[in-house]
Amino acid sequence: MSTTLPLSQGQASALEKTMALPPTAKPARSAPWADKLFGALALGSALLTLAMLVGILLSLVFGAWPAIERFGLGFLTSKVWDPVKNEYGGLVMIYGTLATSFIALLIAVPVSFGIALFLTELSPSWLKRPLGTAIELLAAVPSIVYGMWGLLVFGPILATYVQQPLQSLLGNTPFLGSLVSGPPVGIGILSAGIILAIMIIPFIASVMRDVFEVAPPLLKESAYGLGSTTWEVVSKVVLPYTKAGVIGGIMLGLGRALGETMAVTFVIGNTNQLDSLSIFEAANSITSALANEFAEAGEGLHQASLYYLGLVLFFITFVVLTLSKLLLARLQKNEGAKS
Amino acid sequence: MSFATTPDAARLAKFRARNRVNKIALVLSLAAMVFGLFWLAWILIDTIRLGLGGIGLATFTQMTPPPNEAGGIANALFGSFLMVTLATVVGTPIGIMAGIYLAEYGRSNVLASVTRFVNDILLSAPSIVVGLFVYATVVTRFKTFSGWAGVLALALLVVPIVIRTTENMLQLVQPGLREAAYALGAPKWKVILSITIRAARAGIVTGILLALARVSGETAPLLFTALSNQFWTANLNEPIASLPVTIFKFAMSPYENWQQLAWAGVFIITMAVLGLNILARVLTRSK
Repeated sequence: MSTTLPLSQGQASALEKTMALPPTAKPARSAPWADKLFGALALGSALLTLAMLVGILLSLVFGAWPAIERFGLGFLTSKVWDPVKNEYGGLVMIYGTLATSFIALLIAVPVSFGIALFLTELSPSWLKRPLGTAIELLAAVPSIVYGMWGLLVFGPILATYVQQPLQSLLGNTPFLGSLVSGPPVGIGILSAGIILAIMIIPFIASVMRDVFEVAPPLLKESAYGLGSTTWEVVSKVVLPYTKAGVIGGIMLGLGRALGETMAVTFVIGNTNQLDSLSIFEAANSITSALANEFAEAGEGLHQASLYYLGLVLFFITFVVLTLSKLLLARLQKNEGAKS
Repeated sequence: MSFATTPDAARLAKFRARNRVNKIALVLSLAAMVFGLFWLAWILIDTIRLGLGGIGLATFTQMTPPPNEAGGIANALFGSFLMVTLATVVGTPIGIMAGIYLAEYGRSNVLASVTRFVNDILLSAPSIVVGLFVYATVVTRFKTFSGWAGVLALALLVVPIVIRTTENMLQLVQPGLREAAYALGAPKWKVILSITIRAARAGIVTGILLALARVSGETAPLLFTALSNQFWTANLNEPIASLPVTIFKFAMSPYENWQQLAWAGVFIITMAVLGLNILARVLTRSK
């Protein structure tokens, strides 16, 4: 029996022919320029992002230049803001921004820590996801909603049920009394701080939850095995391990609070005063001054001073966000080294 | 054995104290959770209660009225829709391309790390500063507030969000998939466009939806770029109304009908933004 394949004469010769010849080069399906073009587009888009940051910085410096030339660094410590006399200083707004953000952190940090603790250690697992989502939705609500709600709903309630009792309670105490003086109308530094706190809780809480989950289960189980309570595990094992990340999350929240515009503009009262340090008093922040005055400010020193304020704000948030990023990156590095 | 007979009472007291601290901490943690949910519930309920009352057919069909006259917010809704859509159309390709660069071309080079860092800063930078930037570069140049300036400001906010999600999603794609495509002789651009992007599609769409949700609620960057307009316009060379800016103007006013329209606007914007967020979440979960 022959073992040759049952090929007809014609087929065999055709096969021979194709096998004898080297395969002919097919035309390339894509031109080499396509790869280059695509790479260039990707690179260009990345560079555009860098250009955005540089552009923002340059435009702020250029816009602020007349004010920088005229007032120098004294702008940061002067509290005069007088468009009629063309005299400008940013202390009132800078104080307002820092004070409201400080109050916001004071409230938001412990609450966020509690939420993160609940979500990582206490919550039954079927509840984790819906609760986490609900907290994250709090971050998605547009700031204008917080602002309007804060002004028309929350402010009056705060005035009646918190500010007035506090005043009658502390009004005559020497130091605390001056902190709560002023008209209890529900707008001012305290209200802005509280609204900001509600807005940044989700940011801080979700970063804290994420970093708590990074803590190695082995460490936690060892602590539990030695008889630690849940609180001891979190405060003595998880928290020290994730310290950098937790602070990074707080910084991220602070960055948000400093730059928040609409919610603050609604409830801070937009009054340029720094005569009283009361947290009930209406005040002004960098962002609310920009939102209220910029579109109407004529060209010249007024506008330049507002640019100057914007530059100060950008600088502060830049530093805070950079710190946040570095701290969070450090946690990731540690994690890599230990696992 | 001496230590077996240490006073039990003292140890028991210490144990009880630790347990007590633990219980207090856990109750406080539960309280914090309730505190967080409480605000969300309160704001949502008020938005629905006060917003639904002001909504009618006129809200969607009539223009923003003068004080104390009936009207709607049709022009503001349209302006917002126009600007947000265009901003997404402009910002998304740039964001995706930059995300591709970070994930596929520069995993570990210096330019990519710098870009990643800058992008994280831009992601949380105050949006009003973006408004200042656009004012300085576009509005002063053309000597007029305009819809295009608003579109540009919003697009600048879209880009960082899309970059971040695109990069994250592309990094989740298994390397084996890429290698298989390369092994078949596909050029890099084709591998990226028809393999990796396709595999990461759901995640990237999520990023775009989140960006869309974020910019539809943005007010600050529009205040001195698009300004506002009392009338219907589709001409992006002139000031144009937007929902958030209209809400801001109306809510701060003493007129009751304006405030009511503002509540209606707040209701619409909240539902739209939360809806987009939930949709984005559902998309990634089904992945």
